[in-house]
Amino acid sequence: MAAIIEINELTKMYGEQKAVDQLTLTIEKGEVFGLLGPNGAGKSTTILMLLGLIEPTSGTIRVNGIDPVRNPLEVKRQVGYLPDNLGFYPQMTGLDNLLYIGSLNGLSQTKAKKLAYELLEQVGLSEAAHKKTGTYSRGMKQRLGIAEVLMKEPEIIILDEPTLGLDPEGVRDLLKLIRRLNEERKMTILLSSHQLHQVQQICDRVGIFVKGRLIAKGNLSELVRQLFANEPHIVEAKTSPLDDALLKEIETIKGVVHIEKVSTESFICYCEIDLSAEIAEKIVSSGAKLYMLNRKDFGLDEIYHRYFEGRETDETTTVR
Amino acid sequence: MKRRPFAKQLKTFILKTRRSKNAAPTSPFYAMVQKEFTDYIRSWRIIILLSLILLTTGASLYASISALHDLATDEENNGELFDQAYLLLKLFTLSDGTLPSFVAFVTFLGPLLGIALGFDAINAEQNRGTLTRLLAQPIPRDYVINAKFVAALFVNVLLFFTLGLSVMGLGILITGIPPTFEEVLRIFAFLFLCIVYIAFWLNVSILFSVRFKQATTSAISALAIWLFFSLFYQIIVNVIAKNIIKPESAASSEEWIGKQEMILNMMRLSPNYLFTESTTTLLSPSVRSLGPLTMEQTAGAIVTPLPLNQSLLLIWPHITGLIAATSICFAIAYIWFMRQDIRTN
Repeated sequence: MAAIIEINELTKMYGEQKAVDQLTLTIEKGEVFGLLGPNGAGKSTTILMLLGLIEPTSGTIRVNGIDPVRNPLEVKRQVGYLPDNLGFYPQMTGLDNLLYIGSLNGLSQTKAKKLAYELLEQVGLSEAAHKKTGTYSRGMKQRLGIAEVLMKEPEIIILDEPTLGLDPEGVRDLLKLIRRLNEERKMTILLSSHQLHQVQQICDRVGIFVKGRLIAKGNLSELVRQLFANEPHIVEAKTSPLDDALLKEIETIKGVVHIEKVSTESFICYCEIDLSAEIAEKIVSSGAKLYMLNRKDFGLDEIYHRYFEGRETDETTTVR
Repeated sequence: MKRRPFAKQLKTFILKTRRSKNAAPTSPFYAMVQKEFTDYIRSWRIIILLSLILLTTGASLYASISALHDLATDEENNGELFDQAYLLLKLFTLSDGTLPSFVAFVTFLGPLLGIALGFDAINAEQNRGTLTRLLAQPIPRDYVINAKFVAALFVNVLLFFTLGLSVMGLGILITGIPPTFEEVLRIFAFLFLCIVYIAFWLNVSILFSVRFKQATTSAISALAIWLFFSLFYQIIVNVIAKNIIKPESAASSEEWIGKQEMILNMMRLSPNYLFTESTTTLLSPSVRSLGPLTMEQTAGAIVTPLPLNQSLLLIWPHITGLIAATSICFAIAYIWFMRQDIRTN
C-alpha cells in the first residue's frame, strides 16, 4: 500500500499555544484512519491544515503528492471534507444543495444531476430530495453531507466528528455507509471523533491525539499489546461460598499474578493470559456456585482513558 | 406546409442550445453569483423592501406629477414653465408637499436596501455552518465575498434601472413631453449615483457582517451608522458651525468664507450629504455652485442652466469620494475576510 497522506513534523502555533505539536503521520491508500482525542486536542486544526484552510507554522504536508499550502485548490478538488458543524442552505432542497456544490466543482448540469440522484439514493435520501433542507433532521443532514462530499468524486474523504449528535441508529447507519464507501469505492477515509466505541468498529488504524501530540497509533490489537504488555488480564467473579481455600486454589493456576477479594462473594483476579475458563472450572469443581464471571476486555475506551488519566491512576480506573 | 419544418428546426435548435448549456459546466463564480441572486430575490426581507420601494416610487411619481400640474396651471399666466427645459427631471425632484420626492425617498430607503442586502452576508454563512463547507470546495476564498457583492450589486442595478426607466416612461406618457438627450443622460448619471450610494451602504454592512458574528449585531451597527449620518451628523455640524461662524468675530469676508467652506467640507464627510448635493446638482441644472459665492464671482454670470458636463464637473469630487468610500469599505471587509480564521468558535 502506498501512502496517500504524509504529514511530517507538522506544528501549528496560536500565539504561544501549540495547537498541533510535531505531528508525523502517514495514512495509507484505502485505509480508514481514526483520529481520536478530546475536544480541543488539535484534530480539527490538523484536518483544516490538510485542506489548506489553515496555514501550518512549520512542517510539511503532502496529500496525494500535493502540498496544500501551495496548492489548496488542487487538494480541495481531490479531498471531500465534511465539517463538524455542518449546515446547508435551509431554503434550498437537498438536491439543489448538491447541485450547487456540483457546480462549484465544475460539473455540468446534466452530470451533476445524474450524480446527485445516484448519491441521494445511496445515502437513502431519495424521498427527501425535493424537500428543503431546513426540514431535515440531524441524521438526514449528516447523510446529505456524505452525499455532498461524494459529489466531487474524491479519492480521500475527511470526516470531522461525523457521528456527533446522532442517535444510536443514525450512528450505525452512518458508520455502515462509511465502511461501504471504503470497501466499494476504495476510498481513503480519515475521520476524527471522541466517541471511541463507534470509531473502533470501522477503523483500520487509529491515532490518539492529546494536547496537539499524537501519542499512539496503530490498529486496535497493536495498541492493546503495546499498552497492556505488562498488565494482566482481569477476571472478575462472583461466587458463593467464597472462602480462602478457594482463593488459594485459584491463585495456584499458572499465569495468575494477583488475586484480590472485593467483597464476601466476589473477587478480582489479575492474570498474564486469559484464564477465565480455568477460573470458572476451579470454582465449579470446588463445589461453590458461580453467579457471575466477567472478563474485562481492553478496548479503545480503556486505551483512551489511560492516555487521558495518566499512568499513575490506571489501576483504580481500569479495575474500578 | 412550409412553416412546420421551420418550427421543427427551431425546436431542435432550442433543444440543442439547451443541451449544450446544460452539458457545459458553468464557472464556479458565476454559479455562486447566480445562487446568491436567487437567494436575494426569494428572501422575504428583500421582497418586502422592494415592494416598499415600488410603492413609494409610485407615490412619489403621483406627487410629482400633481405638483407639475399645479405648476403648469399656476404659471400659465406667466408663461414661464415651458420656457424652462428639464421637465422630465422634475419628476424626480418635485413634490406637492404631501409626499417626498423620488430623490428624497431614495436618500432615505436606499441605505436601508443596501444594509438589508449585506448585513448577514458572511456571518449567516458562518452561523449556518455553510461557510466551511463552501471553503472546502475548489474555489478561491475571495469568491465567496465577491460573489455576494456582485449579486447584491446586480439586484441594485436591476432595481434602479427598472425604477428610473419606468418613472421616465410613465412621465413621458403622462406629461406628453419628449425627453431631451441631455435629460436622459442626466437621469442615467443619477441612477449610477444611486447605485454607487447604495453600494456604499451595502459595503458598510458587508464589513460589519465580516466583523460581527451575530447578524443582529451587524444589522444594528449598520443601522446606527446610517441613523448617525442621516440625523445626528447634521446636528453636530450645525452646533459646531454656530460656535465657529460668528459674523461679528470675522475679521474679513475671506475669513468668513473660509469658515463657511470648512463647515461645508465637514458636512461632506457624510455620504448622505454628498449624495444629496450631487443628486441636486444632477437633477437641477440650475444649480451653479455648491459653495458660497461672492458678489464678484457671480458678477457677469448669465442665469442659465448648466450643461451636463459642467454639472458633472461640479460633483466630480463627490462621485469619486463616494466610490472611494465604497471601495475602502469593501477592501477592509475583503482583507478581514481573507485573514479570518475559518473556524467560527
